[in-house]
Amino acid sequence: MKISKLRKRIVLKNGTILDPLAGTQKKGDILIKDGKIEKIGKVKPPNAADIIDCEGLIVTHGFCDLHVHFREPGREDKETLESGSMAALAGGFTRVCVMPNTDPPLDSPESIRYTVDRSEECPIHIHPIGAITKGQAGQELTEMGAMLSEGAVAFSDDGLPVTDAGVMRNALEYATMFGVPVINHAEDPYLKKDGVMHEGKIATHLGLPASPDITESNMIHRDLELTELTGAQLHVPHVSSAKSVHHIQEIKKKNEKISAEVTPHHLFFTDESLKTYNTNLKVAPPIRSQVDRKALIKAVKDGVFDCIATDHAPHTIEEKEGTFDLAPFGMIGLESCFGIVNQVMVIKNNMDLVKLIQMLTVNPRKIMDFETDLFAKGVNAELTIIDPNEEWIFSKTDIYSRSGNSPYVGESLIGRVKYTIVKGHFTSFS
Amino acid sequence: MKHKHLLGLEEYPAEDIQTIIDTAFSFREVLERPIKKVPSLQGKTIVNLFFENSTRTRISFELAQKRLSADTVNFSASMSSLKKGETFKDTAQNIEAMKIDAVVMRHPSPGAPLHLTQHIESIVINAGDGTHEHPTQAILDMTSLQEKFGRLKGLKIGIIGDIAHSRVALSNIYGLKTMGANVTLCGPATLIPPFAEDLGVSVNYNVDEVIEWADAINVLRIQRERMGGGLLPSVREYRNLFGITTERLKMHKKEMVIMHPGPMNRGVEIDSAIADSDQAIILDQVLNGVASRMAILYLLLGGKQEKEKN
Repeated sequence: MKISKLRKRIVLKNGTILDPLAGTQKKGDILIKDGKIEKIGKVKPPNAADIIDCEGLIVTHGFCDLHVHFREPGREDKETLESGSMAALAGGFTRVCVMPNTDPPLDSPESIRYTVDRSEECPIHIHPIGAITKGQAGQELTEMGAMLSEGAVAFSDDGLPVTDAGVMRNALEYATMFGVPVINHAEDPYLKKDGVMHEGKIATHLGLPASPDITESNMIHRDLELTELTGAQLHVPHVSSAKSVHHIQEIKKKNEKISAEVTPHHLFFTDESLKTYNTNLKVAPPIRSQVDRKALIKAVKDGVFDCIATDHAPHTIEEKEGTFDLAPFGMIGLESCFGIVNQVMVIKNNMDLVKLIQMLTVNPRKIMDFETDLFAKGVNAELTIIDPNEEWIFSKTDIYSRSGNSPYVGESLIGRVKYTIVKGHFTSFS
Repeated sequence: MKHKHLLGLEEYPAEDIQTIIDTAFSFREVLERPIKKVPSLQGKTIVNLFFENSTRTRISFELAQKRLSADTVNFSASMSSLKKGETFKDTAQNIEAMKIDAVVMRHPSPGAPLHLTQHIESIVINAGDGTHEHPTQAILDMTSLQEKFGRLKGLKIGIIGDIAHSRVALSNIYGLKTMGANVTLCGPATLIPPFAEDLGVSVNYNVDEVIEWADAINVLRIQRERMGGGLLPSVREYRNLFGITTERLKMHKKEMVIMHPGPMNRGVEIDSAIADSDQAIILDQVLNGVASRMAILYLLLGGKQEKEKN
């Protein structure tokens, strides 16, 4: 990875310009002047301009991930805002939302301010999501108003569900005043118990405690109905089961305030992959059956999901080297994201590349009310340039996270991020 | 033997299971001699790595090793450095650095033996991994059944009790199915694993029907901690519905072999009078345990070649 300051003038030459907002792609050039979009179309390179040959490449909006864990403050040994930013850049992500399950959690205006200040020094845009409840304890609401003033963009107790339906109702109702999304990690703890994987044939063979699909879908259904009741904006994270897809699809038809995300790993793996007790595949919610995976893929194509989110969750090698039942939940996913979802959705399931890119760019930005017209003249350049056809083997050296808990090492991916432009810097990957 | 290690019976070939059982019978003969020791594994070093309490399995393995003249070292979690924060990987690698040939491991986590094979070169024998498998127990159970019936193929075996939390049950199911026996699981619905039928077995909640059907029943221990955990209402209810009680067996007037892997909760899952009766082969299982483990160690540690050289 090489990061350099943007020159005064830079021309992205002969790329396929994919505009996810307009839903179009056409060949052309982009002129960036003083870090801002100056002209799109046919550009005659001015003198002393850097020219980037984009022949055969796709030039599009910088990717945006609504769901990452950067572990700062508290577990800087796993990830920092800085190291997480590098992982994001490598995955083409110029903007991310960080989850508040840090130590201490982001449950106060002061901790939101800390994250915002620290993020200013980072090479990508980072937006904190505030906790729904104090200490993520699922009881008392946080000072949402003050946290929003300091820069929070949504609320979630991610990692932990808001178990008490009454508290969830209050949170949704309270958040309606501000018109921001509430995100609930849906896993009913009474059904989950000590489950470490999806309840199915494989878990029975492995002798591992497991939790059924309704552990998730039951709580998602509750949240959807509470959203109907309160008129709040609900964003459903990391959906893993066919039953959950069904509930979301039904209620989304009549309620525009509901959005949902899916992760690359739930689209790529099934519980069969856990047969070797690979702790890097231990995630929450768990990787489920082939039936669920197929339902998720279909839901992506049918537009049930608004966006792809990685749920990038770094853990140390030492923690993941333990036995499966004791290893922490989570895998990293930023660096490998595009190569995985492009392969699963575009190459193997004939999805339109423009639609997939929309799920990585304009759709997540709409959910968080971020600027979506990134090709407008005068906008700060925030771009990702990819080769959608490059076949490559994902290796340890492609990981920029401080943690290495990726199950994709050694996997062959299709589609690779070549360059990113954000915050006045140009990054290239060879 | 097809596999270097004995991690479980899920994918263990029938002919290798049969070889182990046949070899166990020849070691049974050794155990009846006045001098119960053979030099088969002389010079081999085996570590018994027990991360979880065990009395009978550990003693059984240790005796098997001593009867084969192997050098043995015992390691148990209570006296280990695990409590000082050393990782599983470090413990394993440290022990292997001392030049050993095999590790017999008991561990509370499913999959731990497979995990161990990724860190060390030695032969690994699973002596129970959490709620996953306990292959040597299943082999000694099959040895005992073969001794009693002269065959395994076509036998009707009922496994009764807490199946969901039992490594003994899962290994028995895999082994018995591979050897052509029929298996029916019987126990409270909360203690039968989901997707049990996928294991190729039947499930029947009526213990009397299972008793009528079976050639032998394997009675599993009911752990008292399952009561109150919401899985079982009471001992009384369990005994009424599933207990192998004197009254129940009187009602059936049936010749049947009764097995129990131990340790027994007398008066809970099985009555004392039944456990001590002629139809119970519980102590034969214990003796066959030593013989079967001798066979496993001998076959996996290349004892054969040693013997041929002698």
